[in-house]
Amino acid sequence: MQISVESYRLANGLLVTLSEDKSAPVVAVNLWYHVGSANERDGRTGFAHLFEHMLFQGSEHVGANEHFELIQRAGGTLNGSTWLDRTNYFETVPSNQLAIALWLEADRMGRLLPAMTQQKLDTQRDVVKNERRWSVDNQPYGTWWERLPALAFPPSHPFHHSLIGSMEDLSDASLDDVAQFFRTYYTPNNAVLTIAGDFDRDEARALIQEYFGAIPRGEDKPPLRPMEVSPRFDGWRREVVEDDVVLPRLFLAFRSPVFGSDGYFSASICAAVLGMRKGSRLYRALVRERQVASEVSAFTFDLSKGSDLLIVDATAHPGISAAELETAVTEEIAGLRIRKISTEEIERVVALIETDLLSTLQSAGERADKLSQFATYFGDAAMVNTQLSRYRDVTADEVNSFVQEFLGDDNRISLVYVPRTTAAA
Amino acid sequence: MTAVRPTPGVPRKYTFPTVERTTLSNGLRIAVARMPRLPLVTVLALVDAGSSYDSAGREGAAALTALALGEGTAKLSGGELVEQFERLGTGFDSGIDWDDAVAQLTVTTERLGAALEMLGEVLTAPAFRPADLERLKSERLAELLQLQAEPRGLANEKFSELLYAPKSRYAKSSAGDRGSVSAITVSDVGAFHRAHYTPSSTTLIFAGDVTMELAVQLAERAFGGWSGLTVAPAIVNDDIAQSGRFGHIVHKADAPQSELRVGHRGVKRNHSDYFPIVVMNALLGGLFSSRINLNLRERNAFTYGASSGFDWRRGAGPFVVATAVKTEVTGPAIREILFEVERMREETMQPDELTLATDYLTGVFPIRYETTRAVAAAIATATVYGLGDDYYTLYRERVRAVTAADVRSAAQHHLHPESMLVVAVGDAASIRESLEALDIGVIQVHGTEGGS
Repeated sequence: MQISVESYRLANGLLVTLSEDKSAPVVAVNLWYHVGSANERDGRTGFAHLFEHMLFQGSEHVGANEHFELIQRAGGTLNGSTWLDRTNYFETVPSNQLAIALWLEADRMGRLLPAMTQQKLDTQRDVVKNERRWSVDNQPYGTWWERLPALAFPPSHPFHHSLIGSMEDLSDASLDDVAQFFRTYYTPNNAVLTIAGDFDRDEARALIQEYFGAIPRGEDKPPLRPMEVSPRFDGWRREVVEDDVVLPRLFLAFRSPVFGSDGYFSASICAAVLGMRKGSRLYRALVRERQVASEVSAFTFDLSKGSDLLIVDATAHPGISAAELETAVTEEIAGLRIRKISTEEIERVVALIETDLLSTLQSAGERADKLSQFATYFGDAAMVNTQLSRYRDVTADEVNSFVQEFLGDDNRISLVYVPRTTAAA
Repeated sequence: MTAVRPTPGVPRKYTFPTVERTTLSNGLRIAVARMPRLPLVTVLALVDAGSSYDSAGREGAAALTALALGEGTAKLSGGELVEQFERLGTGFDSGIDWDDAVAQLTVTTERLGAALEMLGEVLTAPAFRPADLERLKSERLAELLQLQAEPRGLANEKFSELLYAPKSRYAKSSAGDRGSVSAITVSDVGAFHRAHYTPSSTTLIFAGDVTMELAVQLAERAFGGWSGLTVAPAIVNDDIAQSGRFGHIVHKADAPQSELRVGHRGVKRNHSDYFPIVVMNALLGGLFSSRINLNLRERNAFTYGASSGFDWRRGAGPFVVATAVKTEVTGPAIREILFEVERMREETMQPDELTLATDYLTGVFPIRYETTRAVAAAIATATVYGLGDDYYTLYRERVRAVTAADVRSAAQHHLHPESMLVVAVGDAASIRESLEALDIGVIQVHGTEGGS
């Protein structure tokens, strides 16, 4: 299946992608700003995400929370999300409501600051602190997604620090920070706009020009601190965390080639052979046969700069210790060198990836998000159409070479959660 | 660049895919919704074999039976079965709800025939090998252990347990508790399968790039030889433990948040007030811009989010407001929830508040049904509750017909502030006093262990 793709740039630098598909009267608007927690300055961990919250607090012509209300009144769904290296905002609306979605996005890209107040910042700061409590502090294993990058990247690296941020840094964020972050990163030349679904091409182009065309180009953003790291960890570091959990859980991670590179596709297939669904090696061996794990999966983190990570995530079966779990997982990894990955195993994985991709692309919102992703990282939205063939082109030899090169003892970190042993537990 | 808000254009017509139905000679029903856009089909086998059929002391048997379908057939071991499905590019999923069991897969059109043949084997000739069942039981027990440390799941379980009478199936988790799951034997699962998985209790739903002709041909091949008796419908006991206001704390030492569930028994899915209730709930706590979320999150910053919902079942499932709030504001947050529920009954809403809900529910309708999986699930719901095949055609009309008076009447009849169950999973030492000040009775404190 090929998605239609038309890309062009406005004079202010905004990269636009249009993808028409009139099979349902639904249209998705999707904006990626090429900024994430990696861009935060020292002492402001969590700010990119807090800033995402502020984008729903109104802009010059839009009241606080009115963005949500107007899109929901229009019969649409919407949200935003923040990641290490990007922030996205998206709406899916009935196709006759395209204009309001574009207008709302343009108003906040062009004129956010007049609506910012100390009270709004204070409220969203508390909301985000509650988000942190909910998703990290009061959730078993909830700290894994800040501990793992901290273990995987050196302290000076842009991916090292917490995305959700520390309570202290959240407390320190000011309105000045909001203004400065907005001017530096929320510029048309640092953004990608995608429209996917049912729309009229000429009408969409005219609306985009009308709403976004006059937003001034911003200065080029400051460069990130150096992203380069050694392609391997050059050792095996581990961290053991006592937590309010009942079963031990292991995250075993390897450095691997960045998202979109040739090596990435071998890494992605290797992860899927190991831990995608119940037919994968780890599931069959550890859950079904040996019953040392109650759950296991493996996946790539899909980072496009510095280094990607291939992560194995395994939770112990009751009665199995963290050490036994780790031994069992590493035995299976070592086994990849003896019982090499076969063409049949790759066929299973590619067939699953094909069905998943087709299923995902049924939704206008998902299509728009994928197009924005490739436009943001590679300047080429049409790369979405070559993903499947790149997976199909990967050979068993390439995946086995990846195993040789990246899955050895010299390229690992282990993050191990164990039940708290204090008497109070 | 303009300060003027654009107005909507003329909506393009949307129609939910037409549902065609037929029945095979053995009683198996078939429903087909054609969505020819992509070479993809979802097949969903809907079986009248949900948790409501569990017998006392064997709660979880329905769930275990549905899960065990994927663990091997007379011809194939579990590992081989999974391998074959996945080589077709499809993961086989099975599970239960209160009112049905579902076994489904999504596959490209060219692999549909092979996948359906395997689906037929899975449903009609599962092996239920003792070792596989033991493993599934131990995985469920592991899940129950994990729940003790997981405030969200724990709050849900405790709320149901405290709301319903011990004899009601709804008092226990649909997948069963430690005692009941441990007691289930291989012969219980075999017997459950024989009694409930029969052609006449099953509807095979196809959504996607497929015709009725092809669906019937493939279904005949995979399911034509299947036979079994007709099943008497489940009798659902939805009695509550007691009416009145009650407060409970599930103690989790030093918890930085309290996970809250506040509510009471709701109404049956087939209640004639369904649409007014759906609109009323959207405004109360269903939408981001609902009263409860705006109050607790945007006005008070007590939480990352708060919502309310009616859990729709054949019997009366719970109505519950759910949120997680900073420990220090637990009492005030519950007070605000009770206030918003009360206010919903007392004030007739303004026209623009009503249209927020009705415009959202009608507008979002086509967005909900972009995928074959979503359409198959929608047809399953209509089938389980006998809503009729014009249900989705008429849905938006029926939402639009709801008036402010209907909403107020729905609130007065179906929200019961005088009979609220409050469950807080949090640090008892820090929150007990603030709950005691709320007029929700004597606060009882529990440990985090699951049921016996």
